[in-house]
Amino acid sequence: MDLVETGKPGELLPHVASGARSLSWWGMALLIATEATLFALLIASYWYLRFRAGPVWPPHGIEKPSLGLPLIMSGILWSSSIPAHWADRAIQKGSQFRLRLGLMLSWMLGATFLLLQIFAEYPHSLKINPPSSGSYGTLFFSITGLHGAHVAVGLLVSLWVQARAWQGAFDEHRHVSVQNFVMYWHFVDIVWVFVLATIYLSPRFL
Amino acid sequence: MTTLADRPSERLEQLWAEEPGLGTWLSTVDHKRLAKKYLYTAITFLILGGIEASVMRLQLAHSNLKLLDPETYNQLFTMHGITMIFLFAVPVFSGFGVYMIPLMIGSREMAFPRLNAFTYWGFVAAGIFMYSSFLIGKAPDGGWFNYPPLTSQSFSPGPNIDFYALGLIFLGLASTGAAINFITTILKMRAPGMTLNRMPIFVWGELAMQVSILFAQPALTLATVMLMLQRHWHWHFFDPGAGGDALLWQHLFWIFGHPLVYIVLLPGLGIVATILPTFARRPMVGYTWVVLAEMATAFIGFGVWVHHMFATGLPSLALSFVSLTSFLVAIPSGIQVFAYLATLVTGKPKLTTPMLYVLGFILIFVIGGVSGVMTASVPLDQTVTDSYFVVAHFHYIMGGVALFPTLAALYYWGPKMFGRLLDERWGKISFWLTFIGFNLAFFPMHILGVIGMPRRTYTYASHLGWDSWNLTETIGTFIMGVGILITIVNLVRSTRRGEPAGNDPWDADTLEWATTSPPADYDFETIPEVRSLHPLWDQPELKDGAQPPELGGRPLAHGHRVLATSLLDAKPEAVVDMPHESLWPFFLTVGLMGFFYGALTRIGLVAALGGFVSLVSIVGWIWPRGQTQEM
Amino acid sequence: MKGERAYLRRFSVLLLIALAGCATKSPSLLDAKGPAERTASSIWWPMVWVATAVTVFVVVMGAYGVVRGRRIREEDIRRDVPWGDRFILIAGLGVSGAILIGFFVFSLARAATLARAQPGLEITVIGHDWWWEIRYPNGAVTANEIHIPAGQRVNISLTSVDVIHSLWVPQLGPKIDLIPGRTTHAWLKADQPGEYRGQCAEYCGLQHAHMAFFVIADPPNDFVTWMANTANPATPPSSALAMQGQNVFLSNTCIGCHAIKGTPANATLGPDLTHMATRTTLGAGTIPLNANTLAAWIRNPGQFKPGVTMPPTTLTSQELNALVTYLLSLGFPAR
Repeated sequence: MDLVETGKPGELLPHVASGARSLSWWGMALLIATEATLFALLIASYWYLRFRAGPVWPPHGIEKPSLGLPLIMSGILWSSSIPAHWADRAIQKGSQFRLRLGLMLSWMLGATFLLLQIFAEYPHSLKINPPSSGSYGTLFFSITGLHGAHVAVGLLVSLWVQARAWQGAFDEHRHVSVQNFVMYWHFVDIVWVFVLATIYLSPRFL
Repeated sequence: MTTLADRPSERLEQLWAEEPGLGTWLSTVDHKRLAKKYLYTAITFLILGGIEASVMRLQLAHSNLKLLDPETYNQLFTMHGITMIFLFAVPVFSGFGVYMIPLMIGSREMAFPRLNAFTYWGFVAAGIFMYSSFLIGKAPDGGWFNYPPLTSQSFSPGPNIDFYALGLIFLGLASTGAAINFITTILKMRAPGMTLNRMPIFVWGELAMQVSILFAQPALTLATVMLMLQRHWHWHFFDPGAGGDALLWQHLFWIFGHPLVYIVLLPGLGIVATILPTFARRPMVGYTWVVLAEMATAFIGFGVWVHHMFATGLPSLALSFVSLTSFLVAIPSGIQVFAYLATLVTGKPKLTTPMLYVLGFILIFVIGGVSGVMTASVPLDQTVTDSYFVVAHFHYIMGGVALFPTLAALYYWGPKMFGRLLDERWGKISFWLTFIGFNLAFFPMHILGVIGMPRRTYTYASHLGWDSWNLTETIGTFIMGVGILITIVNLVRSTRRGEPAGNDPWDADTLEWATTSPPADYDFETIPEVRSLHPLWDQPELKDGAQPPELGGRPLAHGHRVLATSLLDAKPEAVVDMPHESLWPFFLTVGLMGFFYGALTRIGLVAALGGFVSLVSIVGWIWPRGQTQEM
Repeated sequence: MKGERAYLRRFSVLLLIALAGCATKSPSLLDAKGPAERTASSIWWPMVWVATAVTVFVVVMGAYGVVRGRRIREEDIRRDVPWGDRFILIAGLGVSGAILIGFFVFSLARAATLARAQPGLEITVIGHDWWWEIRYPNGAVTANEIHIPAGQRVNISLTSVDVIHSLWVPQLGPKIDLIPGRTTHAWLKADQPGEYRGQCAEYCGLQHAHMAFFVIADPPNDFVTWMANTANPATPPSSALAMQGQNVFLSNTCIGCHAIKGTPANATLGPDLTHMATRTTLGAGTIPLNANTLAAWIRNPGQFKPGVTMPPTTLTSQELNALVTYLLSLGFPAR
C-alpha cells in the first residue's frame, strides 16, 4: 500500500483511495443521484399522463404490451449484475483474472439485452405504438429509450474499464474505477425494475 | 526521504504554478483563475440583462409607445429572464464558490479541477449559443418559463424556442457537473478538524445550493428534451389532442423552477452571513439555526412548486397543501433574518460599503419575503399572480439577493482576489444609487399589479392611470444601472490603482483571510488544522502566515496534492493527486457546441461531428497520464 | 446616525407611494365590485399591515444595532448571547409560525367560500389568440364582452382553442386560466350594474398586451332582453348601402373567419359579428369602435395590433364604406 507523508510529523496517509474514501466514488454516487431523479420524474410523468387519460390504457386500438420478451430481457439484464459484482469483489482481493472474466460476462449479458431491445422489441413496438401516435407511444419510447441509452453508455464505460483491466491498471488497492462502474451498472439494473413495472406490468395489472 | 525546507513555498510554487496568461487561458484548471472567469462572464451577462431591461423600461415608460414592436419586446423580456437567472445569478454564486470554497475549507483545489474547467466553458458556450439567436433576430420569445402550447411547433414555428431548449440542456450539463464538483469538495476536502459544525455558513449555503441543483436540474432537462422531441419529431407530451397535457410542462418546469429560486437565494444568504459578522465584529448569533434554516429552505423548497399554478384550476386539496408548505417555507428565511438582527444588536456594526449592501439587502429581502408570503395565500395569489405585483415580488427577492450580496461580495472579496481595496467613497455612492434606484424601479410594481396591470405586456392603454408608475420605474432602473456601473468601474480601477489590501483587511474570521491577497498558486503553504468555527479569530498562528507543522499544518509539498478528509469530522483519509492544465475540457465544450448547433439546425453532419469531437475529448480527458491515480 | 435615518427616510417614502396607490381610476383589485373579489382581497389588508409591522420591526431592530454599536467598544462584545437562541426561535419559529399558520387558515376559509358551488347561469368562455368568445345557453354568441345580470351569480366554464390564456377582472374576482384540452371553472358576480375591465393574464404571444375584455353587468331585466336579442339573427340591412356592405362581407374573405347569424357566414375562427354594433371596442379592447376606427381596422388591423391573425384587405374605399355602414347597423332592433 502506497503511503505518503503529509509533512505533519509522523503522519502517513494512503496515496490511493477506494470506495467512499475516494473523491471519484462520490462523483459517481452524485451522478447516479441526479440520473435517478431524471428517471423518477419521467416515470412520474407516465403516471400523470396515464391518469389524465382516463380508464382506458393503453388507449383504444393499442394492444397491451406482451410480456414474454421483456421478461427474458429482464432476466438477462439483472443477471449481468452478478458477474459485475463478482468482478468488483475479485479485484478488491487482487484477482486480475476474475476481474476480467466478470466484466466480460457482464458486458456480454448487457449487450444482449440492448440488442434484443433494439432488434426484437422495438421493431414490434414501432408498429403498434410509435412515439408519434400519441402519449402512450411517446412514453413507451421515452422511458425505454432513456434506459437503453444509459445501458449503452454503461457498455462503453465497461469497455474502457476492461481495457484498463487488461493493462493491469487495477490491484487490491487501486480499483475505484471498477467500483464506480459496477455501482453505475447496478443502478441501471435497478432502474429497469421500475421500467418493467411501469411500462410492461402496470397496463395489465393496474 | 527528502528534508523539507522550513518554508517549502518555492517547491509548492513550482508544483502548482500554471504558466500565466494566454498560454493556459484555455487549459487552466486553477480554481482561482476559473472563478475569475466565472465572475467576469457572469457580470458581463448582468450588463447584457440590464441592457435588455433598460430597453424594455424605455418602451414601458409611457402608454402606447412604439419604440419596440411586440416581437422584439417579447424576445427581450424572455432573454432578460433567462440571462439574469441562468447566466448571471446562478453562475455568479458558483463563481464566488469556486474561488472561496477551497480557501474557506482550507483546501488547495476543488475535487475535480478539469470538471471545474468544463463547467465554466460549458456555461460560456451555452450563453453564447443562446445569445447567437439575436444575430438572426430569433431569440427565444416564449417567456423564461416557456409554456406550451405557445412554445410548441404550431405556435412557435421558428428556431427561437429551439435556442431556448437546447441552450438550457447544454447549460444543464455544466450545472450538473458543477454541482457534483462542489458537493464532493465540500464533503470530502475540508481541512482536518473542520467538522461539519465548524464549516462556515457560506459553505453550507453553497452546499444547499448545489444539492438543490443536483435534484432540480433533471426536471428542467427532462422538460426541455420532451419539448424538443415534441417540436421536431412529433412526440406527444404536452399536446392535449394526442393524450398529452399542457400542465405537464408546468409541473416539470416548476419542480425545477421553484428550487431554482432557493438555489439563487441560499448562497446569497450565505454571503450575507459571512459579511455581516465580520463588520458586526462578532460571530453570527445562532449559527446552528442559520445552518439548519439554509438546509430546511432547500428541502421545503422542493415541495411548493404548485404555487406557481394556483390559477390553473387544479383541485383545491392540492392547492391547500401547497399553500401550507408555501407559508411554512418562509419560516427558515425568517429565522435567518432574526439571527442577523441579533448579531447586529450585540455587535458593533461598521458601515463599510459591503456592510451597507448587506443591510440594504436585509430590508429588500424582508419586503420581498412578505410579498411572497402574500402569494402563498391561494385566493390572494389568484388575484395578483401574472400581474406586476408578482413581478415586484420576485425582483425584490431575486434581484435583491442576486444583486446586493454580489455587489457586497465584490467589495468584500475583491481585495482578496485582486490584492487591492476598492474605493470606499465611490462604493458608498454606488450603494445609495443602487439601493434608491432599485426601490424606485420595483416598489411601484406592487401598486401597478394591484391596480390591474398584467405582466409580459409590451404596452398598455393610456386611460388606465398606469403611466406615472411606469415612468417612475423606468427612472429608477436607470439610477440603479448607474449605481451598478459605478461598482464595476470601481472594481476595474481598483485592480490597478487600489490601495494594497494585505492578507486580512477586514480582520475577518474565515480561512480565506489566512492566505495572501491574492493567494499564491498553491493557496495555503500548509493545509491548516482547524480547531474553531472562527479560525482566524481563535487561532492566532493563522494570522502570521503558514500554520507550522507542530500546530497541525501540513505542507503536503511532495506533489501536486490535496488532502481528502472524512465526511463528518474531517479526519485526514488520503492524499489525492490533482491533474495539471488540460485542453480537453475546452475541446469537449467545442464538441458539444457543434452537437447543439447541429441539433438546432438539424444538420446531421454537424451534430455527428460535434458528437465525435465530444467523444474524443472525453477519451483524451480520461486517458491515463500518471497525473492522478484514479482512472 | 446615517444608517438609521436613511432607513426611516427610505421607508416613509415607500409608504407614501403605497398609500398613493389607492387613489387611482384603474380596475384595481382593491376596488372590489363583487363578492368574489371582496372575499379574495379581504386577505389583502390584514396581510399588508402585518407585513408592514414585520418590516418596521426589522428596520427598527437593525437601526438600533447600528446606533448601539456606536456607543460600545469592540472589546466589550461578548461572544455568548444567552438570549440569542430563544429570540431566534420565538421570533423566527414561534411568532412567525403562528402568524403564517394563522394566515393559512384564514386563506383556507376564504378559498372555501370562493369554491362553494352555487347555481347560476352557465356560460362558456373560450380563449383565442387574442380575443374572447362567450357563449350563452340560449345560443347567444358574442365576443370580448361578458354580459351578466347584476347582483346574480354566473358560472363560467373556460377553455382555449390555441394557447393558455387567463381571465382576469381585477374588480370582480380571482384569475382563472383557459387551458386547451381542459375545462376550468369560475364564477362572476357584480353587486351593481356597471362595466368592469378585464385583461388576459397569461402570456399568449404577440398581442397578449391587447387582449382585454369587459364584464358588463346589466340590470337583470335588461340582461334578459340582451341575451334574447343576442341569440336572434342579425338585423337585416335596411339601406342600399348597408345591403351592398353585406354583399361585400359575404363575397370577401370575411366569411372565412366571422359569423353573422342569419347569413351564410358561420365560421368561428374570428369573433362573432352578429351584433357587433352593440359593442364599444375593437380588437379586444384595443381601440374604440366607430366608423373611422372600424374602417382603419378593416383596412389594416396590424397597425393597431401587429401580428393579429386578421389580414389587411384590399377593398376599394367605396366597398369599405359600404361594409362599415353594414357592420355598424348590426345592432339590436329598436323596441
